[in-house]
Amino acid sequence: MNTLEILFYALSAFAVVSAVMVLVSKNPIHSVLCLILVFFAISGHYILLNAQFLAIVNIIVYAGAIMVLFLFVIMLMNIKLDSEPQKKMIIKFIGVLSGGSLLTLLVALVKQTSQLQGKQVLMKEGTIGLIHPLGKALFTDYVLPFEISSVLFLSAMVGAVIIGKK
Amino acid sequence: MPIQYYIFLCLTLFSIGVVGVLTRRNAIIVFMCIELMLNAVNLLLVAFSKMYHGAALQVSPASTAGIDAQIFVFFIMVVAAAEVSVGLAIIVMMFRNTHSVDINFLNRLKN
Repeated sequence: MNTLEILFYALSAFAVVSAVMVLVSKNPIHSVLCLILVFFAISGHYILLNAQFLAIVNIIVYAGAIMVLFLFVIMLMNIKLDSEPQKKMIIKFIGVLSGGSLLTLLVALVKQTSQLQGKQVLMKEGTIGLIHPLGKALFTDYVLPFEISSVLFLSAMVGAVIIGKK
Repeated sequence: MPIQYYIFLCLTLFSIGVVGVLTRRNAIIVFMCIELMLNAVNLLLVAFSKMYHGAALQVSPASTAGIDAQIFVFFIMVVAAAEVSVGLAIIVMMFRNTHSVDINFLNRLKN
């Protein structure tokens, strides 16, 4: 077992445990903090795959901006801990059962697929995850979607302001 | 690292997100579980991109195959940021009207 595999298993276990903690913790603040841990673990996976640009963007955008937005909203609402509604036990059980069935079905399908047998993921090599090739592709082949996404941001900003002012 | 390991990890994270959407009633937690599912898909896209890049490198050493998937992940993050700003504005508005973030109160479309 080399270093890459140890790092992969450690980051995977960390991500899955933190994701479960998001669900089971009663306090919404704790859920947000656990979700930030999941995002850091996923950024670690990106670094293992040598997708350095996406690792940094994931930390800045998700862990830095989006989760801070969530924290602000939770603190603005000042939700009482004991007033948080709980679903009935039977509904929770059915939810977990459905999610587990989905996971089992998809894992069984992936295990059977012959096209995926023996395919290897390139770890810590390859240059496509660096800023230079990504920027070149973004500003030559994908320049139109890039500009359209700025219009999307503008419309999202206008929409958020209009919804918030009502 | 075989691609199956990455697929299993991402399926696990995605299913945890699905279970969260099905079992929690707090609208903010449901929204966070949707973000978790988006991130699982992002990780899977990057893993597949590196898989195809590794296969293309053996044919020609200067290949940039697989770069499209990483650009897609970038655009998914862009759309997720816009989605979160609008969605949180909707949740704040809902909290102002009903003084709760319980999604079971949002059944006015049913009648």
